[in-house]
Amino acid sequence: MNLPFIKKFSTKALIILISSELAAVVTGPPGNGDTPWVGFHDSITQKASFFGLFVTGRWALFYAIGIISYLAVHFFKKLNSNNSAMDSLRSQYSSVAKNKYFKLAAVLVIGVLAILLPTVITDPFWREAMVSQIAVFVLLALGLNVVVGFAGLLDLGFVAFYAVGAYATAWCTGALPMPPIFGSHVNPFFAIPIAIILAMVAGVILGIPTLRLRGDYLAIVTLGFGEIITLFANNLTGITGGAQGTKQVPHFSLHIGPLKYIWGLDPVPYYYLVIGFVILFIFIFYSLEHSRVGRAWTAIREDEVAAESLGINPLKYKVMAFAIGAASAGFAGVMTAAQSNFLTPATFTLALSINILVLVIFGGMGSIFGVVFGAIVIQTITMYLIHTPPAGYQPPDLYIYIGALLVIMMIFRPGGLFPARRRQRADVATSSLENSNG
Amino acid sequence: MANLFEVSNITLRFGGVVSLSNVSLYQKRGEILAVIGPNGAGKTSLFNSLTGVYQPQEGSITFNPKEGEPISIIGKKPHVISHTGVARTFQASRMFNALTTFENVKIGAESHKGIGAIGAILRGPATRKDEKYSDARTWDLLDFVGLRAKANYIASSLSYGERRRLEIARGLATNPEVLLLDEPAAGTNPSEKLELTDLIRKVRDQMGVSILLIEHDMKLVMSLAERLYVLNFGSVIAEGTPDEIRANQNVVDAYLGTTTAEGAN
Amino acid sequence: MHGFLSYLNAHFHALRLEFWGLFIGGIGSGIIYAMVAIGYTMVYGVLRLINFAHSEIFMTGAFAGYFTLNYLIGSSSPTGFSSILLIIVGILAGGITGSFFAVVLERVAYRPLRIRKAPKIAYLISAIGASYFLLNLAAKEFGRIGRGIAQPYQNHTVFTIFGAPVEMYNIIIFVAAGIMLIIVDRLVSKTKLGRSIRSVAQDSETASLMGVDIDRTIAMTFVIGGFLGGAAGFLYALNVGVLYSMGFTPALKAFTAAVLGGIGNLRGAVIGGLILGVTESFTVVFFSGAYTDVVAFAILVLVLMFRPTGILGELIGRSA
Ligand SMILES: Nc1ncnc2c1ncn2[C@@H]1O[C@H](COP(=O)(O)OP(=O)(O)OP(=O)(O)O)[C@@H](O)[C@H]1O
Ligand SMILES: [Mg+2]
Repeated sequence: MNLPFIKKFSTKALIILISSELAAVVTGPPGNGDTPWVGFHDSITQKASFFGLFVTGRWALFYAIGIISYLAVHFFKKLNSNNSAMDSLRSQYSSVAKNKYFKLAAVLVIGVLAILLPTVITDPFWREAMVSQIAVFVLLALGLNVVVGFAGLLDLGFVAFYAVGAYATAWCTGALPMPPIFGSHVNPFFAIPIAIILAMVAGVILGIPTLRLRGDYLAIVTLGFGEIITLFANNLTGITGGAQGTKQVPHFSLHIGPLKYIWGLDPVPYYYLVIGFVILFIFIFYSLEHSRVGRAWTAIREDEVAAESLGINPLKYKVMAFAIGAASAGFAGVMTAAQSNFLTPATFTLALSINILVLVIFGGMGSIFGVVFGAIVIQTITMYLIHTPPAGYQPPDLYIYIGALLVIMMIFRPGGLFPARRRQRADVATSSLENSNG
Repeated sequence: MANLFEVSNITLRFGGVVSLSNVSLYQKRGEILAVIGPNGAGKTSLFNSLTGVYQPQEGSITFNPKEGEPISIIGKKPHVISHTGVARTFQASRMFNALTTFENVKIGAESHKGIGAIGAILRGPATRKDEKYSDARTWDLLDFVGLRAKANYIASSLSYGERRRLEIARGLATNPEVLLLDEPAAGTNPSEKLELTDLIRKVRDQMGVSILLIEHDMKLVMSLAERLYVLNFGSVIAEGTPDEIRANQNVVDAYLGTTTAEGAN
Repeated sequence: MHGFLSYLNAHFHALRLEFWGLFIGGIGSGIIYAMVAIGYTMVYGVLRLINFAHSEIFMTGAFAGYFTLNYLIGSSSPTGFSSILLIIVGILAGGITGSFFAVVLERVAYRPLRIRKAPKIAYLISAIGASYFLLNLAAKEFGRIGRGIAQPYQNHTVFTIFGAPVEMYNIIIFVAAGIMLIIVDRLVSKTKLGRSIRSVAQDSETASLMGVDIDRTIAMTFVIGGFLGGAAGFLYALNVGVLYSMGFTPALKAFTAAVLGGIGNLRGAVIGGLILGVTESFTVVFFSGAYTDVVAFAILVLVLMFRPTGILGELIGRSA
């Protein structure tokens, strides 16, 4: 063992110690506002079995896990840098991944699995969650990915478009105090195009004034807009039904000639409907990414001044990203309205916007595959925690984890689990440049 | 025929700082024109004013395209000015670092068409034809600047000289009438400088694109430019052919004296 | 039409009647916004970054003051000299806690990104994550219901201006905030530390070439901004109590104040805070309570769109 390693290791060990105490607090029992230290104290003194060997403070368990994974990562890295076999393996893998047919096959397999999923999952909780908490969130994440990932615009009020889609559906189907759009109410099915278009229009209306602003101002202004939409939904009782929520939104039904079908309480038919739209949106977003539009988005994201000097109108493309991203959120809104039959402003909070953001960040901004993966994994974990909460877990604790995850991702893996090809390259390139400078 | 650029009496201020004061100049069509001057003289500010990045508070800038009416540059957005036929490079090169060399140039080649979101989704014959055309044009330009071999490299992995050439290709892809080059030789080695000189001349001779050039390397400027303006503290202090400039005592005092001293060490 | 005019008339009449009362209230909240705004503006100066987590610095300061005072006061009702002492202790508790969390925030959420030269969007996301983490951790540890703070002084009307009462609370925040603002102004304009902060704000590369320790300067900026933010949280809590989510709205308003005064501009932040506080106070006459927050936000959007450099202008304004 060499000295620098021990030195480095001991500072890391200290950091891991602090982190594990923090983790113990975060996962431990809650406190209260009368005795400030009780939550911290209880969390740190709480006992747990040390891998079944003996009983110790729960933080010690976290500490052990932290140290072991640090060492593992450290030695793996070392091994990796000495070992070119690993590299060749990786490049082989990436050449396989590049293969068009391989990709196509992977997509087909995933598609088939998605179609067969309802036959495997029979638990009613999960059947419901599959649609309203997973598939709908995949749609939301896909939409936000266009805005954040492709165009590089941090929109913290994305939930506004979701709300517009949902309330538009309620409006069309006569579930709002405000009279429905065409005088008489329609089946939610026909609300789909209207809701999508209204969400896109909302994107344009919100985008034109705000997208002229610098990136950080945009974030705070969209955050404010998101809050204001909730505020209006709460207070304009005559239009939205206020905090009490809407009247009953009917289920989907289809009557075309002899064809008759009603989406009832069973989530499975909704599932197939959403999956259809997920595929449609993936196709659209993928095509856009690999077109002139996607390249223009990347150019603006990378260097707006240079993009402008080449004749790209940044405002136009940014507004377009807002509108296109809003489309899938609008559809997600239709699904939520029609499936849950009922809307309240309490659904459309800043917390939800941040929740969607974390799906995008975790999977990989700008990577469609990553984002879908991130949304499925995080939402499944979330639902699992609600379904079978571990001891001491309360649902709002989730937000603590989400906050921490955002910071951790930004520090250690800003590109997400599956970095977008275009972003990854930039990261690699800048780091290699810095190395050569330093 | 009217001059390509006609700049009269522009003044540009930032708060108390005056970066350009009462500057007038013109460029003839097909000319290789250079702007020189010490650091902070206002050269880049002039470029930024010509391309709509900065808006001078006073004066006028007129651009005369080959076809159509004269265009007043002031008050226009950079992307609009690009559409009229003005392209530029930047002093600190600004690549799209996440994209390949090829994609960088292609963005220039396709940025003057409509937005085409619907086309991008449906991929109809018109869209495919457009793509094909942009691809062909991109390959031509990469050949022209000698970067075909690096087409699939990430832009930020290129050497300084290559980046400069890439920026030139990207600017040319927009099909301009004039190309503004802001210190294209900065950071390049002597052999790259020679190649660059040839390339710039080739752009003018073979493509018929006028050149407006900012450069500190006197050898390069004097061999390339047909006419020069000298800026100092935001004002034009001299104008003329390379020989006239060399002989101008003002210029020697204000600028050339120092650069030759710099060049010596 | 006539209805609208009489509506306006009635409201302007109300405004005239309550003018001084509203004015005093507005100055009171404005000076708190000003204290928080300075934190935004100073961090923006050195990092070119909106510190999204500043709202939580405010919150932690409020809780620290709350716990300290509840512990010290118990069920007694202090007066006179002990009141002053308790208020100073509360301010120190809030301020030091604010500084502590601000520095930790900088170390954990920002510095690793700064070392890597991460793009701006990464900072923003990291900041939002940190803010969200602290907010919800506070909710978990301290509960989700609002609590009143033990009062270190007896509130009463001290004197009246044009018939409007000026209460003890108004005087306390005015004096306390005033003193702190003056100290910070001196600190930044007169001391060596202040010079380093200003030089980093102007051009951090040149500053580091001239031997300024960038890391330390940035950390000190967070210390100062955090102190003011935390102390402001305590002063705010004296009036309205504490709640885990209490930082959001005042911080959004303080940010508005910072932009209104010209972000990066210290005195601008103070002026912006006072203008915003007073404006907001007057609008209460015209809008129902639910919409007063919208007013501040509308001001923010309008300023950003039409005069993004604010009233006094950004001090450090190079972008291209
Ligand atoms: N955005 C801006 N804000 C404030 N001042 C500016 C801005 N742009 C340029 N200036 C000022 O204008 C003056 C001219 O700068 P400019 O960049 O045009 O000089 P230059 O001749 O290109 O110098 P160099 O040879 O170093 O590139 C400088 O004093 C500079 O500080
Ligand atoms: Mg320059």
